[in-house]
Amino acid sequence: MVAKRKRKKYKNSPPTGLQVIFREFLKDRVAFFSFVSLVVVIIGVFLWSYLFIDQEALMRINLQDRYSEPGEKFLFGADQGGKDILGQIIVGAKNSIFIAISITIITGVFGVIVGLICGYFGGWIDNLFMRLIDFFITIPSLMLIIVFVTVVPKYTVASFIFIMSMFLWTGTARLVRSKTLTESRRDYVLASKTLGTNDFVIMFKGILPNLSSIIIVELTLNFAGNVGIETGLSYLGFGLPMSTPSLGTLVSYANNPLVLQQYWWVWLPASLFILFMMLAINYVGQALRRSADAKQRLG
Amino acid sequence: MWKIIVRRFILMIPQLFVLSLLVFFLAKFMPGDPFTGLITPQTDPARLEELSEKAGLNDPWPVQYVRWIGNALQGEFGISYTFKRDVAELIGERALNTFWLSLLSVILLYTIAIPLGILAGRYHNSRLDKTIILYSFITYAIPTFVLSLLFLYLFGYKLEWFPTSGSVDIEYSSGTIQYYWSKLHHILLPTITYAILGTTGIIQFLRSEIIDAKAMDYVRTARSKGIPIKKVYTKHIFRNSLLPIAAFLGFTITGLLGGSIFIETIFGYPGMGQLFISSIASRDYSVITALVMLYGFLTLLGSLLSDIIMSIVDPRIRIE
Repeated sequence: MVAKRKRKKYKNSPPTGLQVIFREFLKDRVAFFSFVSLVVVIIGVFLWSYLFIDQEALMRINLQDRYSEPGEKFLFGADQGGKDILGQIIVGAKNSIFIAISITIITGVFGVIVGLICGYFGGWIDNLFMRLIDFFITIPSLMLIIVFVTVVPKYTVASFIFIMSMFLWTGTARLVRSKTLTESRRDYVLASKTLGTNDFVIMFKGILPNLSSIIIVELTLNFAGNVGIETGLSYLGFGLPMSTPSLGTLVSYANNPLVLQQYWWVWLPASLFILFMMLAINYVGQALRRSADAKQRLG
Repeated sequence: MWKIIVRRFILMIPQLFVLSLLVFFLAKFMPGDPFTGLITPQTDPARLEELSEKAGLNDPWPVQYVRWIGNALQGEFGISYTFKRDVAELIGERALNTFWLSLLSVILLYTIAIPLGILAGRYHNSRLDKTIILYSFITYAIPTFVLSLLFLYLFGYKLEWFPTSGSVDIEYSSGTIQYYWSKLHHILLPTITYAILGTTGIIQFLRSEIIDAKAMDYVRTARSKGIPIKKVYTKHIFRNSLLPIAAFLGFTITGLLGGSIFIETIFGYPGMGQLFISSIASRDYSVITALVMLYGFLTLLGSLLSDIIMSIVDPRIRIE
């Protein structure tokens, strides 16, 4: 209400923060639709899998329903163990989204902190982390993730999240560092320094809010990337432990040429679901990116 | 020029060193040892002890590391126990397949991306531009394995246009025309998939490059001299915008290497990526370590190549 009254008073004041994003989404119908459907799907998947699906019953093998067709007993048919495909997609999507969000948050927090410290202080600490990041960028990370996954004893979902995060924090750190570098030469930072404000207060209360739009864009695109990497690794058999349903595992049943050709309902819905997720998240990310950059805005 | 290249090469050494340490320790943690394939129930434990003593497995790790890296530098990566063959030889064979796949993909990728990028830039904000942007957005967002599977299902199994696995039909002997045709036929579907997935970066870069160039002084000068707009595009803008694209080559190669793991596995194409996955499954760690090192080296080489091309193309960014 306050904002509204203010906007009426100063008609020419430029829109800020959330207003910009809101206007961008109103202008771009596809982005708006992507955002709404993503929210609905994510909430729906979590609610459905916690309220209506008994995971043990879902993963119980029942050979009578082996490869039963869609609509016969289950809405989307069953796989080679007679397990409901629809249920597996819901639980798999829940797992994939949960893991992707966890990795995004872990790498985001770590990357932002490292980037802020490196960009703000510079010096040896910046040098050290930059060499480390250079190293991470030039190694074949996909291969090393696979090797780590096979080497780790007692492999769990937590260790998978940890391994992935280890390799994926560098992009955010680099971006935040370069932005902090330019931001920390601005007058407001210098003024704050002269007043004797604590360095960390300047970093987190002064600089960080100014980078928030860039960080939000980065995190959204990272989220999409993480969904892709997690499902891809699970597809290859190096993602989630076998007992945990995953979208990638469902797609990997298609490695059997017979399944690929005849039992399309086993792998196709999961593939299309992954495709939908990737397109929608990326589209939202693009719209956010446009609203973060005044030159590209549509609204 | 040579100074820069040599300096970049020297900078690669510490990175390769750290990578080799990482790979060495990961290999140490892997279950099994180099004799896993040789052990039979009749093997005497004392004999096994003797073997590992002889191979130096009881030495302290720095000694083992130095010996391993020394052998690796001479191209000695040991014996693959699943294939019972020399690792260097095995990888060499697979590398050739991956090389052909990558080469064809890069050629196709550039032939798709360059015209699309130019058209999108030239007819900025038109319907054509929007379609191209949508295409590049979709190919950017779609995961490699999903597109590969959909293509394999559609073109391999449903339409039967392409074979669904392997690199050549066994019935043809090497050297005949059918042999090469069959090879090409097998390589085509993975190549197309690869190329489509890699176009995004180049299209978007070229597009924004051309849109920027339109407002440049040299374009205005050319126009005011009375050069037709078509010629300005083909002669002036095209040349200036295309040069930075050359620098993408190194990154494209790096990207292809990462994708090869998925593409080769799905299309059953016997290259290095597929060898990596099957070696992981059989815990063939002499092959795994060799492949990780090789991929690391090639990735570094790719970024080096980009830097070199960039400094040839644009003298302003030569680092002193």
